[in-house]
Amino acid sequence: METYTILRQFADSWGLLAMFLFFGAVILHTFRPGSGAKSKDIAQIPLRHVDHPDDVENSPEPKTSKNEAGS
Amino acid sequence: MLNYLLLILLAIVTLFAAMAANFAVDAAFQIHAIIVVLAAGATFFYLLRHTNDPPKPKDTGYLDGVVRAGVIATAFWGLAGFAVGTFIAFQLAFPLLNFEFLQGYGNFGRLRPLHTSAVIFAFGGNALIATSFYIVQRTCAARLWGGNLSWFVFWGYQLFIVLAATGYLMGVTQSKEYAEPEWYVDIWLTIVWLSYLAVFMGTLIKRKEPHIYVANWFFLAFIVTIAMLHVVNNLSLPVSIFGSKSVQVFSGVQDALVQWWYGHNAVGFFLTAGFLGMMYYFVPKQAERPIYSYRLSIIHFWALIFLYIWAGPHHLHYTALPDWAQILGMAFSVVLWMPSWGGMINGLMTLSGAWDKLRTDPVLRIMVVSIGFYGMSTFEGPMMAIRAVNSLSHYTDWTIGHVHSGALGWNGMITFGALYFLVPKLWNRERLYSLSMVSWHFWLATIGIVLYASSMWVTGIMEGLMWREVDAQGFLVNSFADTVAAKFPMYVVRATGGVMYLTGAIVMCINLWKTVTSTPAKASGPVAVPAE
Repeated sequence: METYTILRQFADSWGLLAMFLFFGAVILHTFRPGSGAKSKDIAQIPLRHVDHPDDVENSPEPKTSKNEAGS
Repeated sequence: MLNYLLLILLAIVTLFAAMAANFAVDAAFQIHAIIVVLAAGATFFYLLRHTNDPPKPKDTGYLDGVVRAGVIATAFWGLAGFAVGTFIAFQLAFPLLNFEFLQGYGNFGRLRPLHTSAVIFAFGGNALIATSFYIVQRTCAARLWGGNLSWFVFWGYQLFIVLAATGYLMGVTQSKEYAEPEWYVDIWLTIVWLSYLAVFMGTLIKRKEPHIYVANWFFLAFIVTIAMLHVVNNLSLPVSIFGSKSVQVFSGVQDALVQWWYGHNAVGFFLTAGFLGMMYYFVPKQAERPIYSYRLSIIHFWALIFLYIWAGPHHLHYTALPDWAQILGMAFSVVLWMPSWGGMINGLMTLSGAWDKLRTDPVLRIMVVSIGFYGMSTFEGPMMAIRAVNSLSHYTDWTIGHVHSGALGWNGMITFGALYFLVPKLWNRERLYSLSMVSWHFWLATIGIVLYASSMWVTGIMEGLMWREVDAQGFLVNSFADTVAAKFPMYVVRATGGVMYLTGAIVMCINLWKTVTSTPAKASGPVAVPAE
């Protein structure tokens, strides 16, 4: 078979399936139990270490954020 | 030791560039070789003078010098790119401005790629490099990896810009939109880009935060994908090793598809993913609250990179490209609307509970308008990608209006917001010089974009309808020149919008300059604690 046909057939079948499964798995993983609290902590990262790598303000413990936005 | 090796390398590069200047088969290549001689030679002497400097004490703080340089370069190239854009807008309205004495150098055809590359790659690219270097350090709690490699990325990128820009004026082009630079400039950019990837990855790897913040995901996707797109789209064979002309490896419809696979993903990953990295850092910083939903930002990321890569064929509707590929491009473009709006909602809702800040903080206002334009152009784009709509809009000024609402509105405004945020921080100033100047910039830029986009809608749809108008016998009613004449008033409005946008950028540069030179320095405590 010529290259085009081989690639086309692969793209239409296993390639498509693999990408769909990966994408679905990523979405499910994002909403796994316990991810909510963790992601709230990650969302605080930009508010830490502002001036120096060793700055500790807004670090995970204790929670200093007064505005817990919904997620 | 490393310095000696670098000196030898620079000497060899200088020598070979000098030989290339001697053997050059065309003038443009010769001038470029001379530019390389000067750049490599200057670096050689700089390094030579500093080779035996005593080693500096190891700095554990952030490496911000290169970010400062990037901010200056962003502002400079922004002004240059906007100015050229405004000038060519007037050239379209008044062809007289294609001056006879500049024929072959200063006419629209030469200046247009200069404008597009200056704003996308020089202004946008420098903004992306500078902000990614700033953000990756803060979100990883780590100093930039690779020592002076980040400086190589900065200066190497400026050399790329200079070679590309001078090349356009001299007619050096491989005729690929947004990928015009010829083979040797492409090779140089690849080297610089891989160094950029190394600095970014190196910093991520030595991070002290356990998690990689989502802004870095977007930046990494941008760097990796642009590397891939750039290499594949620029596969070409030089006609002569001493000449600026090359021949593409792909031809015909394959070449067209590769070009628009590149072209659309340059929009998707350079102008969207990279700038979303900025949004996911600077909007939370300026609003002083975390992103509305971190999990939504993860979905935004994966959905965006999974979908964008397929959307390119919508640039080739009704061409020799197979129908299935056109439909695929169209379908993915329409689906792409959803993650884009998810991202827009995420950015906007970050302000939930703090909307009052919009009244007092013009910088935040600029960022919010940029997110608004992100939403608007990611709705307009999918709509224009539908084949029926595209049959009207393609080849008309509507496309140009769409691009500019994205570029001026989204990319430009988020960059302005980032610059207003960064300058006081980087130069350790207490505040910006003038908030009312920021407001002036905001209104000038916003009204400028509105004038630009709306005039292009009107003229684009008008010329699309004029082109397809047939009389009762089936003959076309309008000649092409008729449409050109009818577009004149809209072209003047568009150029006026450009003048306003440029004026706003000048106001910004004055404001930033005064912030550095005549605003009191931030009072420095032992550890700076943000007032929260």
